[in-house]
Amino acid sequence: MIEQLLFWVFAILTCGGAIAVVATQNVVRMAFWLVVSLGSVAALFFLLHADFLGAAQLLIYVGGTVVLLVFGVMLTASGPTVQIKTSPAEAFLGAGVGLLLLFVLMFSIKSVAWGDLESQLPARRLSPAVADSLQARTSEFDVSGAEDPASKAKADDAAAALVARNQAGRTVRQLGLSFFGLRPDQDLNRPAGGALAPGFLLPFEIVSIHLLVVLVGAAYLARAKRKVVPGSPTEL
Amino acid sequence: MNGPLAALTIQQFLADRLASWGSTDVVALVAFLLAALVHATLLISLFAVLPLVYIWLERKVAGRIQDRLGPTRVGGKFGWLQTLADGIKLIQKEDLVPAAADSMMFRMAPYLATVASFAAFMVLPIADGWVGVAAECGAFLILALMSLEVLGIILAGYSSGSKWALFGAMREAAQMVSYEIPMAICALIPLVIAGSLNLQVVGRMQAGGFWNWFIFHDPFAFFAFFCYFTVATASVKRAPFDLAEAESELVAGFHTEYSGFRWSIFFLAEYASMFAVSGIAVLLFLGGWETGLGFPEAALSGLQTWGQDFPVQGFVLGNYIANLFGAAVFIFKASLLVLVQIWVRWTLPRLRIDQVMTTCLKYLVPISCMLFLGAVLWPLVLASSKLHRPVIWGAPLVARSTSHATDPTNAVSGIETRSVSTVANVRGEVAR
Repeated sequence: MIEQLLFWVFAILTCGGAIAVVATQNVVRMAFWLVVSLGSVAALFFLLHADFLGAAQLLIYVGGTVVLLVFGVMLTASGPTVQIKTSPAEAFLGAGVGLLLLFVLMFSIKSVAWGDLESQLPARRLSPAVADSLQARTSEFDVSGAEDPASKAKADDAAAALVARNQAGRTVRQLGLSFFGLRPDQDLNRPAGGALAPGFLLPFEIVSIHLLVVLVGAAYLARAKRKVVPGSPTEL
Repeated sequence: MNGPLAALTIQQFLADRLASWGSTDVVALVAFLLAALVHATLLISLFAVLPLVYIWLERKVAGRIQDRLGPTRVGGKFGWLQTLADGIKLIQKEDLVPAAADSMMFRMAPYLATVASFAAFMVLPIADGWVGVAAECGAFLILALMSLEVLGIILAGYSSGSKWALFGAMREAAQMVSYEIPMAICALIPLVIAGSLNLQVVGRMQAGGFWNWFIFHDPFAFFAFFCYFTVATASVKRAPFDLAEAESELVAGFHTEYSGFRWSIFFLAEYASMFAVSGIAVLLFLGGWETGLGFPEAALSGLQTWGQDFPVQGFVLGNYIANLFGAAVFIFKASLLVLVQIWVRWTLPRLRIDQVMTTCLKYLVPISCMLFLGAVLWPLVLASSKLHRPVIWGAPLVARSTSHATDPTNAVSGIETRSVSTVANVRGEVAR
């Protein structure tokens, strides 16, 4: 119930912020609305129990990209970049591209069979009330019910529910392991000797080296060109 | 986000009380909201009271260092109510908005900075199991949240419509964007030692004597603490890195145009952030809520089961006392670091902006990178040398944990054990 409420609040903030970015004409206000929109997306990630993704969203987009954007705007504080006026043709073009993108997104969302996916999820999250009542029982699950198979299964269910509840949002370890090709969600119950899932470390490193090359290139292009006279005292 | 540990119990308690009140869903919602209210109130009072004390401390320490007395009158001895008197004075002041300012942004900016600073308190554990939101990636999340405060300051400076404020904001932006890098790298060193991003796990791993603190784990971690503390001082724009509000050049920097309440909450945010970065330093390097002597915790862990269900069902008084003691230790340690920041401010002269950037980019970034590399290689070198200290990796977490925690925390650490053993299984499989 509370999650539904929070979802609607943040969904409205996300969309409203995005619309405000387009509608405002002042660049710094745009940056502010971008913060609102991107921050709400991070909140949606937290609601989905993707803690690491939410934190990364905050760090990279809100704390990094927007700060750099505002910094860039401040360095070019005067002139045509502060107040942006869009011509009708630009507005038409932008609206067309936006609508096309919206259409593509709607199409792909519609084409996913969500019902099948839901059945494949590892553990369904329980409502807090149910989980609480289960948790009250878990204190006895390792001592009692060892003889009686029915109550043992019940206790196992309770334990699994508690694990699922406490594991919600605990994605860091799985993320870290999957970098090395260890996928606890896929590999755990496989027979020994089978092939493991490929790791994500190499693609990640390739991307980071790529970014480093871009950074070095940008620094090279942007640096002040000085005439270097060999042997002169002003040589830097 | 996984269940906030303390909220779980308060929420559960409230849900039990309200059980006869209506349908389960309504009760769960009301209990959730009430529990959230309790937590928010506790955190906000911490967030508000600590800066009050620190601002008084700042004035007192500054006075003593400059051979003055500092505040002496308000509130009887030592002028300890001075900050409150200042606060009342500031609230009475007129709330001015310059004609050249962007009114909406100008009004919004102080709140943005304060909210970002407060958000860091939500994920900062102040005792074993006492944390607003027990996120597993807590250390990452707190660094992300602290990086948002700069946005409020930049927007304040930009929207003021004043040259002084604009220059202050530009300096702040340049400084923050560069200092975040060594800060994150230095914070990584103890996290690599702990093998976890969960600040509570990091704190629990340093239980026992002070030789278990991560600052004494290896020489690289020792230097990383000082590197982190320098960078943290810069990241909360304290002297000698307070270029954003350099009084001698920029009048008051980014908050030149602010007055009254908005001005005062900028300071609230600044002092709260000082506590937050010091708290992170204490958790990562200085043993968190542990005294480092061992015997107080040992004595209190004997109390663990004492006072079971004393005032209400499911509440353990002894455990509560142990956590209260831990919180006091944690706040004391963090306050000591804040005191060092104050001491440094009134001792060292301010750097120039180019010196600030040089310090970061030419010295602190390479130093932190080398420390990180060294800290990563250290256990490997030790393992292959004759000293042959076993590489600590996850498993001793439970063995060394003297966790005096309530049921939910125990459940969590039990799961921690389980996931560790899962990892071990998977590793074994790979080895085969």
